Amino acid sequence: MINFRSIKAIYIFEMSRTFRTLIQSLISPILSTVLYFIVFGTAIGNNINFTNEIPYGAFIVPGLVILTISMQSVNNASFGIFFPKFLGTTYEILSAPISYVEIVIGYVGASATKSFCLGLLILITSTFFVDLNIKFPILMLCMLLLSCVSFSLLGFIIGIVSDNFEQINFVPMIIITPLVFLGGSFYTIDVLPDFWQTITLFNPIFYLVSGFRYSFFGTGEVNILISIFSISLFILLCIIIIWRIFKTGYKIKT
Amino acid sequence: MQTIIEIKNLKKIYKDNKVALDDVNLNIFKGEIIALLGPNGAGKTTLISNICGISSITSGDIKVNGFDVIDNYREARKCIGIVPQELSFEPFEKVINTVNFSRQLFGKKPDEEYIENLLKKLSLWDKKDQIIRSLSGGMKRRVLIAKALSHEPDVLFLDEPTAGVDVELRRDMWNTIKNLQNSGVTIILTTHYIEEAELMANRIAVINNGKILLIDKKDNLIDRMSKKTLIIHTNSKINKIDKALEKFQLRVSKDKKNLEYDYSPNKKKTGITTLLNEIKKTGIELIDVQTKQSNLEQIFVEILKND
Repeated sequence: MINFRSIKAIYIFEMSRTFRTLIQSLISPILSTVLYFIVFGTAIGNNINFTNEIPYGAFIVPGLVILTISMQSVNNASFGIFFPKFLGTTYEILSAPISYVEIVIGYVGASATKSFCLGLLILITSTFFVDLNIKFPILMLCMLLLSCVSFSLLGFIIGIVSDNFEQINFVPMIIITPLVFLGGSFYTIDVLPDFWQTITLFNPIFYLVSGFRYSFFGTGEVNILISIFSISLFILLCIIIIWRIFKTGYKIKT
Repeated sequence: MQTIIEIKNLKKIYKDNKVALDDVNLNIFKGEIIALLGPNGAGKTTLISNICGISSITSGDIKVNGFDVIDNYREARKCIGIVPQELSFEPFEKVINTVNFSRQLFGKKPDEEYIENLLKKLSLWDKKDQIIRSLSGGMKRRVLIAKALSHEPDVLFLDEPTAGVDVELRRDMWNTIKNLQNSGVTIILTTHYIEEAELMANRIAVINNGKILLIDKKDNLIDRMSKKTLIIHTNSKINKIDKALEKFQLRVSKDKKNLEYDYSPNKKKTGITTLLNEIKKTGIELIDVQTKQSNLEQIFVEILKND
């Protein structure tokens, strides 16, 4: 029997943190995105023509959404679980009549919700700068949701294994940002030399961006099914790691 | 008496092979206040953490209200509230919100009336809309108690509730704990303040090096372990104890006017009559005689010394 009331308690508690830090949670990422549109979409984008019939400003929208939600999902979920560890309030979660699955649903659910809303806000913001016709809106929403959940799961893992704030920031800054930038967010990989094209194929974000872009324009760099498979595999991997963490009590229980 | 917590052969070994709990067996009865008394690092907090699910058990069984804390953890944990040693909070949260959060985290429906009464009982109602970081240390401790009681538990664990608290606040906290017991809550109190255990507890368990060295009713413990001292006031200075009195191992007070004799009141023959007869023979004139009972602190030190 799932303890919905406990899940709801964690979920609402986490969501209320967003409203306490509205500038940091919403306005700051939206402002960053607007700057990307102005610089890349308008100022530089008019001189770029490798994106076939798609205007460059519209071409970068999926990449920008992925860039923002990946960072925000990881930050939200990692801080969500790291903060109680830092403050010493995890005793309450651990002593509550709630299963590990329910704990994960509460924290990851809240984090994914915040990122999902943010992704939609960025899409709405982008319509002020470019004409956007989303070819497969349902698929786009599904891909957005899957992306939010997958990065939130990753953030949850980072939050548990981190011992300090430096470690919390390490993975998003040193690993995720470069992977997103090098994953075809702002270009197609065929503009890269052969060697770097091959390297890019090992970047999981590449498949995510490609799939997400497919839902917008009906064209991606790899088959949409490969993208869906990749993201599902990533979610599965995160779930296995979290299951193992809770099973062993690693960095949670003494 | 009905057992509410049953601990059998509990063992906790940390990764560094440190044995924190070594074959602990303990029954806690409904409605009592039991004090776990022991020095720092004795295993008190580990014992509580094992019962509440905060740390994992190496081996052994724990049942709360008949529910196994591993197999039936949901039912077992519903019965438990815990007040940790550290003042751990989300600092920017309002008092009322954090208490409501705790209640719902434990799967209980929101109940404004119950929470209002609880906060009033803990003198927190007028602070309900304040953020926690603005409260004093004592008030923060009360918020922790309110959080622990928010889901109406049968058992409350108080891990060193008065550590670092001033005397006035400590007495205030003791009153709160007594009131909780009167409302039917079973209380497990860890402390290294002997005065606290002596004043609050119905039973006392002395724990050291992960072992329960002794558990008994507080009064029994004092009776069983205590020694009495007979103080004999004389009207002359005693420079040397008479040979005839040497067998009694008497002590002479600093002002050399009193003789002190330790005896166990539980023994059939205390030796007092013989001693007084012998003193009479030596010609020492007595002014007064009084007895002094050892307190729990002396008993505690004695137990640890023998461990």
